[in-house]
Amino acid sequence: MPQIVVENLTKTFRVAERDPGIGGALRGLVRRRHRAVAALGGVSFCLEPGELVGYIGPNGAGKSTTVKVLAGILVPDGGRCEVLGRVPWKERIAHVAQIGVVFGQRTQLWWDLPVVESFDLLRDIYRVPKADYARSRNELIALLALEPLLDVPVRQLSLGQRMRCDLAAALLHAPRLLFLDEPTIGLDAVSKLAVRDFIRTLNRERGVTVILTTHDMDDIEALCTRVIVIAGGKIASDGTLEALRARVTRERWLLVDLEDADATVTDPDAEVIRRDGHRIVLAFDPDRVATAVLIARLAARHAVRDLFVQNPPIEEIIARLYGGEEPARP
Amino acid sequence: MTAAAHAYAAIVGARFRMLLQYRAAALAGFATNLFWGFIRVMIFDAFYRSSAAPQPMSREDVMGYIWLGQAMFALLPWNTDPDVRGMIRTGTVAYELVRPLDLYALWFSRGLAARLAPTLLRAVPMLVIAWLFLGLQLPPSLASGAAWVAATAGALLLSSALATLLTLSLLWTLSGEGVTRIVPPLVYMLSGMVIPLPLYPDWAQPLLDFLPFRGLVDTPFRLYLGHIPPEHVGAVLAHQLVWTAALVLLGRRLLARATRRLVVQGG
Amino acid sequence: MRRDDAPGLYLRYVGISLRGQMQYRASFWMLTFGNLFAAGVEFLGIWALFGRFGSLSGWSLAEVALFYGIVNTAFALAEGIGRGFDTFPGMVKGGDFDRLLLRPRPTALQVAGQEVQLMRVGRLLQGLVVLGWAMTALPGAWTAPKLLLLTGVIGGGAYLFIGLFVLQATLSFWTVETLEIMNTVTYGGTETGQFPLTIYRPWFRRFFTFVVPLGAMNYLPAPLLLDRDAGGIPTWVSWGSPAAGVLFLLVALRLWKIGVRHYTSTGS
Repeated sequence: MPQIVVENLTKTFRVAERDPGIGGALRGLVRRRHRAVAALGGVSFCLEPGELVGYIGPNGAGKSTTVKVLAGILVPDGGRCEVLGRVPWKERIAHVAQIGVVFGQRTQLWWDLPVVESFDLLRDIYRVPKADYARSRNELIALLALEPLLDVPVRQLSLGQRMRCDLAAALLHAPRLLFLDEPTIGLDAVSKLAVRDFIRTLNRERGVTVILTTHDMDDIEALCTRVIVIAGGKIASDGTLEALRARVTRERWLLVDLEDADATVTDPDAEVIRRDGHRIVLAFDPDRVATAVLIARLAARHAVRDLFVQNPPIEEIIARLYGGEEPARP
Repeated sequence: MTAAAHAYAAIVGARFRMLLQYRAAALAGFATNLFWGFIRVMIFDAFYRSSAAPQPMSREDVMGYIWLGQAMFALLPWNTDPDVRGMIRTGTVAYELVRPLDLYALWFSRGLAARLAPTLLRAVPMLVIAWLFLGLQLPPSLASGAAWVAATAGALLLSSALATLLTLSLLWTLSGEGVTRIVPPLVYMLSGMVIPLPLYPDWAQPLLDFLPFRGLVDTPFRLYLGHIPPEHVGAVLAHQLVWTAALVLLGRRLLARATRRLVVQGG
Repeated sequence: MRRDDAPGLYLRYVGISLRGQMQYRASFWMLTFGNLFAAGVEFLGIWALFGRFGSLSGWSLAEVALFYGIVNTAFALAEGIGRGFDTFPGMVKGGDFDRLLLRPRPTALQVAGQEVQLMRVGRLLQGLVVLGWAMTALPGAWTAPKLLLLTGVIGGGAYLFIGLFVLQATLSFWTVETLEIMNTVTYGGTETGQFPLTIYRPWFRRFFTFVVPLGAMNYLPAPLLLDRDAGGIPTWVSWGSPAAGVLFLLVALRLWKIGVRHYTSTGS
């Protein structure tokens, strides 16, 4: 029995257009033009309990529109959507009591209050029974190492500390479903790892279903068993990370460090796609030329300091899926 | 000098474009203005109907005074510069203070723009409507009209000097919330925006004559109405300009002190 | 759906909000003083006008002061309680309303609790001071029923103004640029209600009686409060006037629901 069922979801927004300059502003006084923007053009997928899904796509692809519909704060134009057996926007209050949401860009904590007071207030808002609250609070404090932060006003927290507190805040009422929107944005490397570890623990040990939207492909690679790619309001791909890779390209990269930075490198079966000082990146198709053969050929012609083979970074794969453009953000 | 003038003109221009984009806001603001005018007209009308005693101003003059007030409302120094407020909140004002440019002139011209653009946008339609439909008479003579224009220019300078002082107070109070709550109501009362100044008790008149606020509203309006004869425009302008000069001097002093404090404390 | 603990949650919000504000104590006193001062200056103006004109269409300064005290006290209470609605347009603009939709509580309750302003103490004090002065300056004795009606009128007025704040917030689901128009009935309403509505033109008085029932804290209960001739106002209308504000708020909350529905279908 899937936890989330989305079928053929559609949503169109009306956007006002404005002409530039004083002339445009004056024309705008008289009448305004509108343009219909299709944010979702028939999106369908299902999620089973306990999945950890990455939901990715370029800006404006319909990611946040989908998440808003699933969270019950946006009503779609058409299609079916059921989350935990409910139509989110029809029973908003019952629905949101069952889910947790974290927006990386903004906090749900009270700015001027010590963290612990925000937690207590959330208990009252979600009407969590006292005993359950104490248990889940203490667990979260231990897991996220929040003890030293509890009495600090939120405005004095660093971004990483705040994100840990926000994660705890979203989970105090023990939701079965967690939406994470850019949870690692702007965090330092250590905090990112801590957040990822926590999400993994939450999913594996507590069985919380997690939907993660992010621009950080390291998040995806570290966490997600399944990746849904949305582009232009439509699902462009849905499956495991490996399947996604295979679908887009079989390409491998050979990274070579040469002794001579000025050497000209050419090969009939590989393409130089990047050059940075001593380092050269060659893309090749392993079906056309065996990796060992290619390495032998290069080593025979040039003085090689070091070399290694890797899969193209996930950003490149995603970028190709969107249609050859550069990744939006590394 | 011309480069500086260009820079200031650019600031005014940018402000205009920004305001024009808010067409709905402009219309809503206009309707609100009109509404307030009606309330005040009705209140004063009722007062004049209640007493046959001779008053320092005729009922007709008070009505004209009210509509002029609705038209020129945006001219008053009612707020601090939002950008400076932002700079102080984020702390970037320190860089601003040590930059090699005349910061006072810059802030003053921003204050001027913040008054001039909205005043023109609001005053022109309001005056037209008031002339056509609300019984506002044209000035009784060309001389009165000219005197009004001159005194309005003086009021603009005076208001900008006051507004710049308000903005400067941010360097000490940081939020400026208290100042912007205390000063504007005081300015409204003492300038004539709420009640035409001649209607205040006679004993208060010398004090009101001395204070700078009369020059913002009362004297220009009464020049327009002919309540002050146009040949007195010199005295009105002198009152405005002496106060403007004094306030500019004070402002420059304060800014210099803030900068010194910053340099000594290293921010 | 349990609703019984809604007042409890609101009080929790109030506590939180006040504690947050007390961290900025200096600013708090400045604002309180500022509000007290601003409103005080205003009443001086009315006093000056009575000095020139003696009376206002048959109403004395003390009588006008009573209206002034009622409307300002009611407005200050409303601002204190419903301030969250007053600042709501900024919340919609900044996209923070989503956050409230994600919580399992009625949105109106959360918005009301969002910000409770202690700063309004200044206007409240000033309203009460003028009210107190008016009560002593008026010739009539303040019997228990009159005091009860006065309290009811102020309470009803507070509900009316909260209703107006809710309407203003509701409007911001459609437009944030034209909100200034609501100032005509909120701030304009307080300005209007400082004087007996009978001094205004009939269409204006009718608007503030039947559309925005400001009259219910003004000339409608006046015959009883001031021991004046009823002038055609039935006694039950005077006694029932506090109910008008409550009804107004209920209607406003209805419209609020429609606004929230609009928001969730446009996403902005």
